[in-house]
Amino acid sequence: MATTLTSKTTDVHQTRNRAFGIAFIVIALAIYWLFALGVDSAATSTFGLNQGVVPAAERLPDMVLPSGGTVTFLAMFAAAIGAYQLARGFGRSTNVMMGLVALFFVFAFLTWAARDQSFNLVGMLKTMVSRAIPLTIGALSGILCERAGVVNVAIEGLMLSAAMMSAFIGSAAGNLWMGLLAGCLTGGVLAFFHAVLSIRYKVDQVISGTVINIFAAGLTSFISSKFLQVYPAYNSPGTFDSFPLPGLSSIPILGPIFFDANLFTYGAYVLLIVVHVGLFYTRWGLRVRAVGEHPKAADTLGINVFRVRYVNVVLGGLVAGFGGAYFTLGSVGRFDEYMTAGRGFISLAAVIFGKWNPFGAFGASLIFGFAESLQLKLAILKVPIPSQFLLMAPYIVTMIVLAGLIGRAVAPAADGQPYEK
Amino acid sequence: MTAAPSPSSNRWQRLLQPMVIPALSMLTALIVGSLVIALTDLDVLAALRNFFSAPGVALSAMWNAIAKAYGALFEGSLGSPATIIAALQSGDPQAITNAFYPFFDSLVTATPYIFAGLAVAIGFRCGLFNIGVEGQLYIGAMCSVWVGFTFTGLPAIVHIPLAMLAGAAGGAAWAFIPAILKAKTGAHEVINTIMMNYIAFRLSEWLLSNRGPLARPGSPVPVSPFIEKSAELPQFFPDPIRFHLGFFIALGVAAFIYWFLFKTTLGFELRTVGANPNAAKYAGMNITRNILIAMCLSGALAGLAGANEVLGVNHNLALAFSSGYGFDSIALALLGKSHPLGVVLSALLFGTLRSGATRMQNVARIPIDIISVIQALIIAFIAAPAIIRTLYRLKDGGEGEGAVFTRGWGK
Repeated sequence: MATTLTSKTTDVHQTRNRAFGIAFIVIALAIYWLFALGVDSAATSTFGLNQGVVPAAERLPDMVLPSGGTVTFLAMFAAAIGAYQLARGFGRSTNVMMGLVALFFVFAFLTWAARDQSFNLVGMLKTMVSRAIPLTIGALSGILCERAGVVNVAIEGLMLSAAMMSAFIGSAAGNLWMGLLAGCLTGGVLAFFHAVLSIRYKVDQVISGTVINIFAAGLTSFISSKFLQVYPAYNSPGTFDSFPLPGLSSIPILGPIFFDANLFTYGAYVLLIVVHVGLFYTRWGLRVRAVGEHPKAADTLGINVFRVRYVNVVLGGLVAGFGGAYFTLGSVGRFDEYMTAGRGFISLAAVIFGKWNPFGAFGASLIFGFAESLQLKLAILKVPIPSQFLLMAPYIVTMIVLAGLIGRAVAPAADGQPYEK
Repeated sequence: MTAAPSPSSNRWQRLLQPMVIPALSMLTALIVGSLVIALTDLDVLAALRNFFSAPGVALSAMWNAIAKAYGALFEGSLGSPATIIAALQSGDPQAITNAFYPFFDSLVTATPYIFAGLAVAIGFRCGLFNIGVEGQLYIGAMCSVWVGFTFTGLPAIVHIPLAMLAGAAGGAAWAFIPAILKAKTGAHEVINTIMMNYIAFRLSEWLLSNRGPLARPGSPVPVSPFIEKSAELPQFFPDPIRFHLGFFIALGVAAFIYWFLFKTTLGFELRTVGANPNAAKYAGMNITRNILIAMCLSGALAGLAGANEVLGVNHNLALAFSSGYGFDSIALALLGKSHPLGVVLSALLFGTLRSGATRMQNVARIPIDIISVIQALIIAFIAAPAIIRTLYRLKDGGEGEGAVFTRGWGK
């Protein structure tokens, strides 16, 4: 019995290894076919490594690569990984190799797109971070809720409402900080409704979240077309200025990418650390996780399950409100209808991809942010792909990531289940 | 001693019992909506400043705002009774047409809601939450408009079914992707169908853009060519009344879905998977297959909603033509308790509401988005009947009303 079981599992492993190996080789061939063939052998791709105005002494030289040669090298490397995977298998590090091959593909694509042109790599990565920030904050909101066992699909609606309120209050009060506060509170209040519906009334949590989403979409569009578009003075709060963090911002390459941004980026870093430490190194975090994994046991030990859930959902709402304020006060300085454009749902995917860990979610957000920045920058390079297809990229990446990883990512055991005493 | 209830009153009770909560939910949502309308009215806001010195002025301002808005809503949806009587008395055909126009236009608006509501309902019946109806509707409309203008010289009896089927197939194909991802990898359909919505919108933008394959040659705006006359769903009355065959097709499809869900083995399996997947699995039912069937059927219905709009009303495809039918249909399916008859009734109600809301927007300057607010409240009340029970001090209905549709992530 035991032997048949083990032989069966090794069979499964072999099929999986083989499938991955073949996939890697196919990608390697695709890299070669799509990006190396037909490229002039003398063509070079120039990648800029400076962002903004940099004093000549600190300027990094541009990275100039032969286009064809680089792509061919990447294709061969990917093929070698595939061959090893077929022959021996990477075992546990298969996923890492998958990421590496995907990275090769993207870099080969960039090299191809930037042939005979100059492309600011650091600029793109900086955009990646700024695009990842609202996703990260949204994901932190999701983590706070889901670690306590409440699924929150309402992040989109929370962020949209907060974006509008922070623009409105920020303009009316003439003070960005008031706008920020209003945004956070809006998120908190709406999240409280989600908490009441899903904890007290035991409404299906996905339905309850959808209620908030539809409500937020309706109310923000209503107020936008009734007031904000009629009185533009109430829809021009301005934005928070970005400022370099002393010390950290002078690190070459990484400094301008991560440490020259506005309040929201630094706020997201602080929240990341606070949520991570809070969840995994404090008594509060242990209680939250207990409630999310096994509420009955937590209840037996005297933890008030309902209170923990209420507190966490509202905290998550405040955080989502902060993320929503990013869209108006941290980015464009004005509210547009439906401006979150599904970012709340993408941050949910980041929660799952990041395995309900703050830093994992940050990594996932960076990948989605990369897809967005790629789409923005490729438009500049005049790649012969219609812009609408580039705009699909973040959504497609989200679906691929969800499909590829969800089987191996384990949610908190009581996630989505109402607690009955 | 209480008298034994007569059988007939019992039957009425059984029939009306399930409608109490939806009706009260609707009423409460409309009341809350009226408060939103009143409190965002500038006259009311001005009057409220002197609320304590002149409460009467403020209250009458609120009443005026609400009456104006809901009055326009009613006249826009069913027509003004006075106009109808006057038109009938005058006997002028043009006047009669104009008087009945709002009523028939409500039916025209209700038609895509029937299809889209059935789409969401069939997902719910199988435990799937298809938020992607909007995207599937777009894809269906695009497929159907392509068939509509590409094939020429076909008789209507062939061309119309062909275009409708193309729409259904397009919607089903679009729904198949999240379905297979759900069945094979467990990726939650809520996220994936939403992502598919955005992809569908971008795709439609590209298809209609000036170099896209669906664009009308030489048109400065992104719009498709007009469909052939032979693909247009026939209208029953002269213009401007747009009431067309699609309404009856929708009723027929609703009857078919009823038969499928409650009278066939496949429908039974589908409902069992929705009610209790573990039991279904234990009984030997194929969960994967049922998820695929339910999602594809749902997508096909959504595609039909799009095809109906293109073939019956617009006769071409413009950007953002749907104005949220797919999203509204979620509230609608819940209001109709995912039952085909309930869906048809709620679709009529929603069609009336939206048709009236358009007039409300024009006459009373109330943005049409108020409808979304009201719909969100309806879903909330239906999903949490305890709120309605507390508000109206109703007794507990006993049967489990709050159905559980989803089960967390990837389970």
